[in-house]
Amino acid sequence: MQLKLSEEDAAFREELRTYFTTKIPQEIRDAVAARHELTKEQIVEAQRILNAGGYAVPHWPVEWGGRGWTELQRHIWHEELQRACVPIPLAFNASMVGPVIAAFGSQEQKEKFLPKTANLDIWWSQGFSEPDAGSDLASLRTTAVRDGDDFIVNGQKTWTTLGQYGDWIFCLVRTDPDAKKQAGISFLLIDMTTPGLTVRPIELIDGGHEVNEVWFEDVRVPAENLVGELNHGWDYAKFLLGNERVGVAPVGATKRVLANAKKWAGDQLSDPLVASRIVELENELLALELTALRVAANSADGKPHPASSVLKLKGTELQQAVSELVVDLAGSASLASGAADDATDLDFWTRRSTPAYLNLRKASIYGGSNEIQRQIISRTILGL
Amino acid sequence: MDFTYDDEQQALRDAVRGLVGKKYADFENRRRTVADDPGFDEDLWKALAEMGILGLPFDEEDGGTGAGPVETSIVAQELGRVLAPEPFLSSVVLAGGLVAMAGSDEQRAEVLGALSAGEIVLAFAHDELTGTETRAVTATESGDGWSLTGVKEPVLHGARADRLVVSAALPEGGTGLFLVDGSATTRTGYATYDGGRAARVTFDATPAVALGEGDQSTVIALVLDGTRVMAGNQAVGAMEVALETTTAYLKSRKQFGVTLNTFQALNFRAADMYVSLELTKSIVAWATMVLAEGTPEEVTDAAARASLQVSRAGRHVGQEAIQLHGGIGMTAEYSVGSYTSHLTALDHMFGDGNHHVRALASRVGDYDEVDPLA
Repeated sequence: MQLKLSEEDAAFREELRTYFTTKIPQEIRDAVAARHELTKEQIVEAQRILNAGGYAVPHWPVEWGGRGWTELQRHIWHEELQRACVPIPLAFNASMVGPVIAAFGSQEQKEKFLPKTANLDIWWSQGFSEPDAGSDLASLRTTAVRDGDDFIVNGQKTWTTLGQYGDWIFCLVRTDPDAKKQAGISFLLIDMTTPGLTVRPIELIDGGHEVNEVWFEDVRVPAENLVGELNHGWDYAKFLLGNERVGVAPVGATKRVLANAKKWAGDQLSDPLVASRIVELENELLALELTALRVAANSADGKPHPASSVLKLKGTELQQAVSELVVDLAGSASLASGAADDATDLDFWTRRSTPAYLNLRKASIYGGSNEIQRQIISRTILGL
Repeated sequence: MDFTYDDEQQALRDAVRGLVGKKYADFENRRRTVADDPGFDEDLWKALAEMGILGLPFDEEDGGTGAGPVETSIVAQELGRVLAPEPFLSSVVLAGGLVAMAGSDEQRAEVLGALSAGEIVLAFAHDELTGTETRAVTATESGDGWSLTGVKEPVLHGARADRLVVSAALPEGGTGLFLVDGSATTRTGYATYDGGRAARVTFDATPAVALGEGDQSTVIALVLDGTRVMAGNQAVGAMEVALETTTAYLKSRKQFGVTLNTFQALNFRAADMYVSLELTKSIVAWATMVLAEGTPEEVTDAAARASLQVSRAGRHVGQEAIQLHGGIGMTAEYSVGSYTSHLTALDHMFGDGNHHVRALASRVGDYDEVDPLA
């Protein structure tokens, strides 16, 4: 047992801290700190700067930009990004499709996609969920039928986050309608400019446009865009969803919002009810951060750790609880969410508090809902 | 940053588990032991001494084995797993810890030597009645030594203790520490709900020897913080078994013709118990490392944070363990309710969750964030 970081890891942390706070433009970091929605350009710019320093895809294979870091170093990287208010590299690129192509794609696919994926020259969207395939993802119905050198894709995907910016979309499609659920699914890469593909916005309760429906009507996709083997897509999807143990819990970002909440609270901090609520949240966050460290520091094999479900479950609960605290601190000022800067005297954080709170209700639903996480814990860990 | 135990520490765990398991793996033995005074097994106390466990935290020159907080925490976890009633926490960690920190060379060698050898039981007489009924213990200089007058209660294992470490108000202000022979006091012992023992200890111009000179408030606070961390480790052991017992029961107990783990409502609650336990293990392991490597200020902070989490999780896990068992969890014969009972006791020995929230809330505005890697 050893409390302190090793000298090497402490120096590593300092190196990241310096890079993140000096190379990423201050406006972008300020926007993250203030909980502004970022523009596409800001997200792309930040990722390209990270990529230039070798900090965008450190967990990829070394030949495609990975760094061969330890799990603990990856944990530190993820926490320091959040602490410095740097946007995390786009998950669809860096955490999802990139590792899948690197692990299962053809050499041509790797060369064609991986450098552009790391640099966010291609913005990827995720085509997994469907109207009738949510937690039960394997019941998806979008079909891909072979026609010469192409697949013809028909169906509908939904909850496609930031699909309005997407250049390409990686999809799970049904390629064998007669096989049992999981067995007939393939992993297909689709150019979103292909005729027959339509992106339609879904307006959410926070007033924002974050997710979309994506419709496929006889979309023609070259067969060379199939990743890995036909009908093995489910394996790749499981790999994609399971290979992330670092960064499952948004600890750093939640800590940052809570630290800001203490500033925003002002005089309210002397109210024992407010102070004790903050103490309880800080403490649970500390316990969560230490659990994330314990998981990261104890893993050498790179396999998904079952405790990842704990991190996701508790991490999203605390993320939501902190956003709820901020709304309460704002009080009635939180109602002015629709006011432009020149139309109100109320602070931006108060106006932003409720849209952020409402938006974060998603956190316990996506990435395997928290009920799915409880299912994983009770089955896989407790053997129930 | 490393949360793993080395081979030697793992061997210590195995040895302690083997020894206390032989005695208490059968819960009925534990029931029998706590039914009669002194509420623990004197032979096992001796056996723990022979294994070097009772001297674990003390320097070799004082008769101990010179191990650190991590080793001590392993013992606490293992005792917690079987609800071993031996007074390791109150006698070795707490009272012994005070002697180790405040005592002179001679006092340490004499008292800690005997404690490490299993020859004596030590107790810390600290808590007093509050309010108008208080008869706070005060110290008066008398000849070469001191005399104490007043009442302490509850004193963990105070009736059995051969020697008492006593806190008392000093004539010039502040709180002193004193060594008193147990037989020189008037004691009324009783059982606590979790099978433990405590006592009312009355001092009436009782002769006492000073442990350290002048005010010892800082020493007391520091040793209490260390004890809180070890109580947290003991609670982690107890919570682990409470959850293991519960999941085993869900898999075997049948109702409506099927085992209980057929019902998702029950499984999900067990999953939430696991979440509470994992968070607690992490923060308690961290606090143990802070105790080993940190400054006194860092220890105070870490002890409060770990204790807060232990309090919240101990209640959650303990309450759910009984509920998921149903009626059997209420019985004294079946183990799981006793785990809840002991977790409740640990929660109230050195300040409960709200006590720590209050302390932490008083300084919540003094820093931006809690950084365990700072």
